[in-house]
Amino acid sequence: MLDKNGIAKRIAREVKDGYYVNLGIGIPTLVANFVRNDIEVEFQSENGVLGMGPFPFEGEEDADVINAGKQTITTLPGASFFDSAMSFSMIRGQHVDLTILGAMEVAENGDIANWKIPGKMVKGMGGAMDLVASAENIIVAMMHTNRAGASKLLKTCSLPLTGVGCVKKIVTNMAVIEVTPQGFKLLERAPGVSVEDIKNATEGHLIVESDVPEMEL
Amino acid sequence: MINKKVADVTEALQGVKNHMTFMFGGFGLSGIPENAIAELVKLNVKGLTCISNNAGVDDFGLGLLLQQKQIKKMISSYVGENDEFERQMLSGELDVELIPQGTLAERARAAQAGFPAFYTPAGYGTEVAEGKETREFNGKMYVLEKAFDADFGFIKAWKGDAAGNLIFKGTARNFNPNICGAAKITVAEVEELVPVGELDPNQIHIPGIFVQRIFKGAHFEKRIEQRTVRPKS
Repeated sequence: MLDKNGIAKRIAREVKDGYYVNLGIGIPTLVANFVRNDIEVEFQSENGVLGMGPFPFEGEEDADVINAGKQTITTLPGASFFDSAMSFSMIRGQHVDLTILGAMEVAENGDIANWKIPGKMVKGMGGAMDLVASAENIIVAMMHTNRAGASKLLKTCSLPLTGVGCVKKIVTNMAVIEVTPQGFKLLERAPGVSVEDIKNATEGHLIVESDVPEMEL
Repeated sequence: MINKKVADVTEALQGVKNHMTFMFGGFGLSGIPENAIAELVKLNVKGLTCISNNAGVDDFGLGLLLQQKQIKKMISSYVGENDEFERQMLSGELDVELIPQGTLAERARAAQAGFPAFYTPAGYGTEVAEGKETREFNGKMYVLEKAFDADFGFIKAWKGDAAGNLIFKGTARNFNPNICGAAKITVAEVEELVPVGELDPNQIHIPGIFVQRIFKGAHFEKRIEQRTVRPKS
């Protein structure tokens, strides 16, 4: 079973040379720490920066340079700043190659819910609806089950949707799964996790074809 | 040169009344019009509809207007950092419309650019699209979203001049340029008000035509919401 850093590490292998990548808040943010340093990748933050760098050194933080999580950041050589309409032109216009975001629920048809629990939690969707409605390449990073132990990979989402039929791949603490027209296709197992474990933790239709390899990290 | 300079925030906010609709620049607490917000608190205008990506935190930004119960309706994309906001929303005191962030930016830009509405894929198939026109283009579904209609737009820039030309800094730019010219009156507060002619015309982000009033903010706290650093090795 992987921890959050393990999930991020596995997703980092999906990041290819020349990609512009948008990282959501939470586990997706950690992906930046594991991207190979022999490839060129630029991170976009939807509040208006392309070419995000690491956190600033203590004492060098700038209130005018933050990421979408409102954290102080730095920029790398070649970075640019822009307004929100232009930022979402990059996203809606499909100029961003890969979007990695978290989810509360994903359904076997690729529906995703991650912005609202009616009566309990209403924080808002931020840029998530624009991202999932537009991106060709969306990877969801999340734990396989919620805190109560219930599966987050469902037949249909029970929470209000963020987008319909948009998720292509899911990386959890237990598995790498592809969303296909037939359902969740199991691609890889996390170290020490059996196919049976994954079946038990997946409510939606899980497709298992012969040998399921263990993840390479 | 058409002069847009006003003496101070008091003059800049003349004409502000109860029950008006305002747009605010800023993402989180970065690039928010701090001086205009402080003046709105002082004026204590009520029944406001506020369009802003976020709602501030409990004791700063639009949170200050929420504390005094000046806001009737909030149109935002993300409101997760404000307990008083959540309390007023769940108790029904505050009407809240949550919309996608890119849609918020584009509804402002559409108002600025003279488009009554536009189609976006964001929110299709979700409760955001309920009651709205949808249409298929090239095999994909889109939602019709309308331009904002606001009385005042309050924005913050880094540098400006009396002609109303503006330059923004870093990610404090965010929604600010999109709000310029999107409301009936755009009020810009700047950190530095420089003599006309000093700004290089090649470097201006927003031309003065989109700004009606400009003033140098008396004070900018520029609070950091999440201070994240790495140690000097």
